[in-house]
Amino acid sequence: MEATIALLLHFAIPTVIVSAIFIAILLFALPREVRTIFKRELKAYFNSPIAYVCVVIFLLISNGITFWFGSLLEGGEASLYMSYFQYLPWYFVVVAPAVGMRLWSEEQRLGTMELMLTMPIAPWHAIVGKYLAAAIVLFAMLVLSFPIVWVINYLGKPDNGVIMAGFVATFFTALCFLAVTSVVSAFTRSQIVALLISIGLCLLLWLGGLQPVSAAVSSLKGGWLVFWPALKFINIIGVLPHFMELAKGVLGFRDIVFFLTFIAFCLFSTAVVLRVKRA
Amino acid sequence: MIEVKNLSKHFGEKVAVDDISFTVEKGEVLGFLGPNGAGKSTTMRMVTGYLPPSAGSISVGGADILDDEIAAKSKIGYLPENAPLYSDMSVEDFLRFSAEMRRVPESEIEAAIDKAIETCFLQRVRHQSVDTLSKGFRHRTCLAQSIIHDPEVLILDEPTDGLDPNQKHEVRNLIKRMGETKAIIFSTHILEEVEASCSRAIIIDRGKIIADGTPDQLKAKAMNAGAVIFNATGLAATGVRQELEKLPEVRAVNVLESGDNGITARVLPNKGKDKALPEAIFKLAVARGLTIHELRVEEGRLDELFREITRTDMED
Repeated sequence: MEATIALLLHFAIPTVIVSAIFIAILLFALPREVRTIFKRELKAYFNSPIAYVCVVIFLLISNGITFWFGSLLEGGEASLYMSYFQYLPWYFVVVAPAVGMRLWSEEQRLGTMELMLTMPIAPWHAIVGKYLAAAIVLFAMLVLSFPIVWVINYLGKPDNGVIMAGFVATFFTALCFLAVTSVVSAFTRSQIVALLISIGLCLLLWLGGLQPVSAAVSSLKGGWLVFWPALKFINIIGVLPHFMELAKGVLGFRDIVFFLTFIAFCLFSTAVVLRVKRA
Repeated sequence: MIEVKNLSKHFGEKVAVDDISFTVEKGEVLGFLGPNGAGKSTTMRMVTGYLPPSAGSISVGGADILDDEIAAKSKIGYLPENAPLYSDMSVEDFLRFSAEMRRVPESEIEAAIDKAIETCFLQRVRHQSVDTLSKGFRHRTCLAQSIIHDPEVLILDEPTDGLDPNQKHEVRNLIKRMGETKAIIFSTHILEEVEASCSRAIIIDRGKIIADGTPDQLKAKAMNAGAVIFNATGLAATGVRQELEKLPEVRAVNVLESGDNGITARVLPNKGKDKALPEAIFKLAVARGLTIHELRVEEGRLDELFREITRTDMED
């Protein structure tokens, strides 16, 4: 009973509120064109097997690993931080590109980009509409992960606020990966190429903020200094530290701004790539 | 409605479109002719706002395609080459999506879909998924998309490509009918199509306009325009030929068939004498007591002109 109330309070209600805010933004703040494209894309996801396959594989792996490798049960602690959230963003290094690879490469392969971009809309309408539809697929994955929360509440008395923070941090990280995939898919008409390159870049983005990278940056000497700007850049845009801060339950303004700026930058880059490709 | 001035497009070193200018008014159907790779599609893609021009300006219904992009695009209906479609949608859903994107008012969308489906003969496949359609239906679905918002300007890149002869005929009639109230540009390399539905034609080769006029004007430019085909018996061919060549109206005589008792020849007129030529030949035949089997003025053919002026491309 208590567990049920905790779940309602910390998960069901915030999720409903977030969804409501999202739908409100979509309906009232964004133009009709974005809504139309969003609707079409969302239907396309759920008319094709890709969304279902991604969701099912993600849920199997994310829950399986928590029990086997994450030692949730052996840990003796009513927390998901070590056993679950430590691994969760890793799956999105693959899953976000798998969901996002079709965003612009499919349009180019089918030739429908020519239709889309000769309609009376601004390119950002299409970019944002498509991105939001893919984001919903990722959101659905996280929502469907709720059984793990139920299990941990059944077993003990976890800090549900921290668990929610872990989900928020994971979602933002996944959104960053999706934004990277959006840019990459604008470059190529092949979904496989988009997938592989995006996975590589997401991995770089995820690990770039790690301590060893920071250490390498500061220990560069002599001729190796030419790599400094590149390494420093990767280090700065590395997502991991921001994820850790958020996942700890510290709802830091700085980290949220980082995520939103990064996503906005990627979507803007998508527009630039699409424009340059046509010129 | 459509005003194109000094339009050019370069892809790196390659010049795809080289300083093209033309206008299309409401009620005009402009045919774009040219060999493959002449720059037809590139020009159309620039007019629709898909490709940014390297130089020059395009205005559609008074709105500049670069400065006032959305206003210009909302006046255009566009059928791209190869008729691309979202394969995961049904025909009806795709048309609904297009109508919403093309800003058809909410209350008129269903009527617009019905009308486009009827116009393009899609009733049979209305609820069918796009990826199961045959090529002809795919093409017409994309055509339906381009007219769903009843645009003032229609740009159709090879609208009859991949259709069977009956469908081709229907589409040509459709274009002709719509051309009465819209400004239409369509590209093709089927010349009879130009004669069937265009009020004007432009021939493009290697990015340049090399001929521009009504189909009749263009036909008159063809090498054999005004020539007379003459078939008569009663005299040996060599004799008839000599007589013909003496006429002041005649520039040259090409003998097509010759015999001891007759001739079939194509008689080419001197400049400005093409109107007087048939009469002169007739009088000659009467005077010599020949029996005329055929005496016919050749119209000049668009495909001849097309081949004459774009021939150099083949020799490269």
